[in-house]
Amino acid sequence: MMNYHFNFAIVWRYAGKLFDGLLLSLELAAATVAIGMAIGLVLALAELDGPRWLKPLIRAYVEFVRNVPLLLLVYLVFYGVPSAIDLQYDATTSFVATLAIYAGAYLVEILRAGLEAVPKGLIEAGKAIGLTPLGVLVHVRLPTALRIALPSLSNTYVALFKDTSIASAIAVPELAYSMRWIETQTFRTVEVYLIATPIYLLTSYAMLLLLRLAERRYAIAR
Amino acid sequence: MTAAPAEPVIRIAGITKSFGSHQVLKGIDLAVGKGEVVAIIGPSGSGKTTLLRCINFLEEYDGGSVRIDGVEVGYKDTADGRRRRSDRELARIRVEAAMVFQQFNLFPHLTAAQNVMLGLVKSRGKSKGEARQIAEKWLTRVGLAAKFDALPSQLSGGQQQRVGITRAVAMEPKVLLLDEITSALDPELVGEVLAVVQELAAEGRTMILVTHEMAFAREVADRVVFTDQGRIVIDAPPATVFDDQPNERLRSFLSRFAAFHRPR
Amino acid sequence: MALFFQTLPFLLDGLLTTLLVSVSVVVLSLAIGIPLGCMLVFGPLWARLPIRLYADFVRGVPILVLLYFVYYGLPVIAVNLPSLPAAVVALTAFKTAQIIEIARGAFQSIPVDQMEAAKSIGLTLPDRFVHVLAPQAVRRFLPPFVNSVVDTVKGSSLVSLLGVVDLMLSLQQVIGRTHIALPLYGIGALMYFAINFPLSALSRRLEKRFI
Repeated sequence: MMNYHFNFAIVWRYAGKLFDGLLLSLELAAATVAIGMAIGLVLALAELDGPRWLKPLIRAYVEFVRNVPLLLLVYLVFYGVPSAIDLQYDATTSFVATLAIYAGAYLVEILRAGLEAVPKGLIEAGKAIGLTPLGVLVHVRLPTALRIALPSLSNTYVALFKDTSIASAIAVPELAYSMRWIETQTFRTVEVYLIATPIYLLTSYAMLLLLRLAERRYAIAR
Repeated sequence: MTAAPAEPVIRIAGITKSFGSHQVLKGIDLAVGKGEVVAIIGPSGSGKTTLLRCINFLEEYDGGSVRIDGVEVGYKDTADGRRRRSDRELARIRVEAAMVFQQFNLFPHLTAAQNVMLGLVKSRGKSKGEARQIAEKWLTRVGLAAKFDALPSQLSGGQQQRVGITRAVAMEPKVLLLDEITSALDPELVGEVLAVVQELAAEGRTMILVTHEMAFAREVADRVVFTDQGRIVIDAPPATVFDDQPNERLRSFLSRFAAFHRPR
Repeated sequence: MALFFQTLPFLLDGLLTTLLVSVSVVVLSLAIGIPLGCMLVFGPLWARLPIRLYADFVRGVPILVLLYFVYYGLPVIAVNLPSLPAAVVALTAFKTAQIIEIARGAFQSIPVDQMEAAKSIGLTLPDRFVHVLAPQAVRRFLPPFVNSVVDTVKGSSLVSLLGVVDLMLSLQQVIGRTHIALPLYGIGALMYFAINFPLSALSRRLEKRFI
């Protein structure tokens, strides 16, 4: 390691900053997942059960968002939109909106695949015990589809947590931003990365572990 | 027992059904009286499962009518003619013809008891506690007292199908529809399921069953209906159908079930 | 419209850099990732372990953090890379981990029976690999790989944060001068879309055909 002298103490003084950053990252991810799931569910159902004319619109949204960099979408929503229309919002709101729209495009696909994979017989069994279409949706299709989709959902949730780091590009003080900020304050680059990288790593894998446990708990054995 | 009863629970009149250009049901008439057990047999593709599924409108028939206790199942007559019933009305009517499926179709995310309770709560308006009691009573009757809280994946095929039967019969429907309910079972599990059906028949429940178990049909049914190419060819008591049958097509069909082929 | 034609050459320069970065990353990560992926499936334990650790480590960290690490962190140990090579190194490190996973998945999706059948007709190990394993693995590999090329092009936009003038940064610069934001972001989005959409469509077709 050449002649570099480690000095963790100086970085450690900013531990609070890192913790706040992590907390904000998790909050961003949670908000995104919640809104993204709502978008994904509504659009997946609209695509499957809705009027025919909706389908191409939903496809266009999915294809556009999935084929454009997240960073560009983040800039577009934060800088581009307010420059064209009279709308004010802060960076955090802007980022959550963007990442939710981005997440929605991925979640639509996963949820649609899940809904399509619900065995036809289960839907018939639901009808046969007198459930209305709404009843079949709430008590049969959704619970089954979500369980089928859970492994893909888990991966997407963790990916979204990692994607929150892009919020640093518009100065949202989440973990990646805090990391860079401490670095510029202390010039202790290696120490900052040696602390911050494991935080991402551990958080990602802790999330994945919890989700895998949930998968095992809720898996539908076939 | 042989003649169609005066006030049938199920009255099917001239129903037709096509899939694309292929007509699977070519005008079927069938009446089933209260407490009667009717077995439908016939070669695959003869329309027997489609016929059964039309009774609770899982398959939407094109023409004719199906009435349960006088109520037309799929359609209603309005000023502008025949209209398909709303999904809400259909849901209400369907519970009167509860179905047991070949593939069980248990809800995989619900326990045995919850599978039975769902319809009781949502369609029959029972409270959760009441539904739980009914579910437990029925599951105990079919020998699953130890399995109330087991998920379908933790049950054997025979146990799953007994839950399937319970889910249907607990709704106290006017008629039970059984769609080849032992076809997906390993041979050694068939008996336990048929025993349950036999018991239900003995207590006077109205049932229509599509089956390949000829011995069972013979034993449990009051009438046996033989369908072929979308029509009912024979509708008679089991003895008439299985013994000394003059109909060539039925004889050739039955001959595939070696045990029932009795040379004249 | 005039604006469009004025800025187009500049944006196209940026686009060229985006493509250069993406292609380098894809080529390099294929060259490193496929051998490592094979080793992860067929290699001895001492080789599998570090590869497993590497892939899991890299996939648990955001790409942006990897980029910062290579660009700002490595100089401390006297590896001082200019921004463009640093960007390529970081993105390649990330993509390699993905390629390893995709290759592993491709090999492991082939049923064991296939190898047994190949053995039973007397094929040697190299023959089994060339004639039975590899052709099937390629079919499983291609759809997710093409999809991950789309991710590479998208992810390459992060190099703008290190000051590499790719399509993303050239957009930012044009917007900085002209203060016309929304239409320019729109044009930029369409340029990315024009590259990625055909790839996404290809990936879907391959998936339908092969999987």
